[in-house]
Amino acid sequence: MKTRSTFAAIAAIAGIAITTTATFAQDVPAAVGARQGQFKIMALNVGVLGNMARGNTEYDAGQASAAAANLVALSMLDQSFHWPEGTDNMSIDGTRALPAIWENLPEFVMKWEAFGAAATGLAAEAGNGLDALRAAIGPVGGTCGACHDAYRAPQ
Amino acid sequence: MRRIIISLAAIGGIALGGGWLATAPGSVSQGALAGLSGDPLAGEAVFWAAGCASCHAASGAQGDARLVLAGGQRFASDFGTFVAPNISMHPEQGIGGWTERQFITALQHGASPDGQHYYPAFPYTAYRLAEPQDLVDLWAFWQTLPAADLPSQPHDLGFPFSIRRAVGVWNILNLQDDFTITGDLTETQARGRYLAEALAHCAECHTPRDALGGLDRTRWMAGAPNPSGSGTIPALTPDKLTWSEAEIAAYLNDGFTPDFDSAGGSMVSVIANLAMLPETDRLALAAYLKALPPVGD
Repeated sequence: MKTRSTFAAIAAIAGIAITTTATFAQDVPAAVGARQGQFKIMALNVGVLGNMARGNTEYDAGQASAAAANLVALSMLDQSFHWPEGTDNMSIDGTRALPAIWENLPEFVMKWEAFGAAATGLAAEAGNGLDALRAAIGPVGGTCGACHDAYRAPQ
Repeated sequence: MRRIIISLAAIGGIALGGGWLATAPGSVSQGALAGLSGDPLAGEAVFWAAGCASCHAASGAQGDARLVLAGGQRFASDFGTFVAPNISMHPEQGIGGWTERQFITALQHGASPDGQHYYPAFPYTAYRLAEPQDLVDLWAFWQTLPAADLPSQPHDLGFPFSIRRAVGVWNILNLQDDFTITGDLTETQARGRYLAEALAHCAECHTPRDALGGLDRTRWMAGAPNPSGSGTIPALTPDKLTWSEAEIAAYLNDGFTPDFDSAGGSMVSVIANLAMLPETDRLALAAYLKALPPVGD
């Protein structure tokens, strides 16, 4: 990683344009990197909650509430700039976003909003004990799955 | 492709000659079901384990809509596009008029009540290994399902795949009455094998296929190209799927990978099915996957 970023820095200083290759997975358009980043933040926070729900970690009301609040905050990020045309997996490498997203944008946006609604429901319950958390995390997982079912390619 | 067509035409020719009888669909004998009576509650568990709703309910259906087996989902393949038929309890458009024996003949022999072959997009190759009691229970549960009046649509297949009788040849090559994974298994692993190989038909997507669309059993669960588009279906063998048994079982319940990415594609619906089963069944599936022989590269 270190070598890679050093190389990138040197290349930038030398003014060499780095063409997009599969070797540099981070060389995706900024919008793609940004949306992948938001999903990574999402996964980290879902993980805090999911590990409690699975019994892998001890339930902590404060941490559960904080993680759920992060999910709500994420859901409020306006998505206008994260999904430019031509950033589907048929057009570029480094993404699993299916062209169907752009063919059904209103439905895609509805699925994002459904995530927000489920996250808000989870935030209301996450601090109220493990059973409440378990009941409210299911619908969030359901919205992840519903979108990935329709709009993300397998690996 | 050309070679496939020629060889299919050749076996089609054989079928027309001496093989006509050999390619006739089989059926369940009345005796095989004698003395069995169906329990709809047990049949519901079979229903979810067997994944009926994933193909026969509407695409993206959730909750009770997954019990409406109106068909209509389309499945692209190298041979054309298959369209899931209406298998709801509707007496004309669905299978509400069938007998229990006709139902189980369809599931285990891939044959319709009027003696036509079904195409193996319908995994009768797996259901063939199911216990008759489970299928009798399943039929009892079926009686509680709603009727839907959406007419079934024809498959969109090119010649020679449009010749149903040729499926009889395919069946001779591909139908088997034994599990693929054999040898000493624990009770839990054996339960997992039954669930995976006889009911949930995991191999239909996770095992690569030969030129005629038969499963390559020497590369069982080794992963395969995604038939309906880009990407690959991942391998499930223990050299590739390195999650713990607890992580696999949890994924099959809540849909999250160990690093809390979420399941996508067809697996979303599969997990919706498997989440309806007892935890012991998901752990059994995980134990079975860990017992698979590694496939290497």
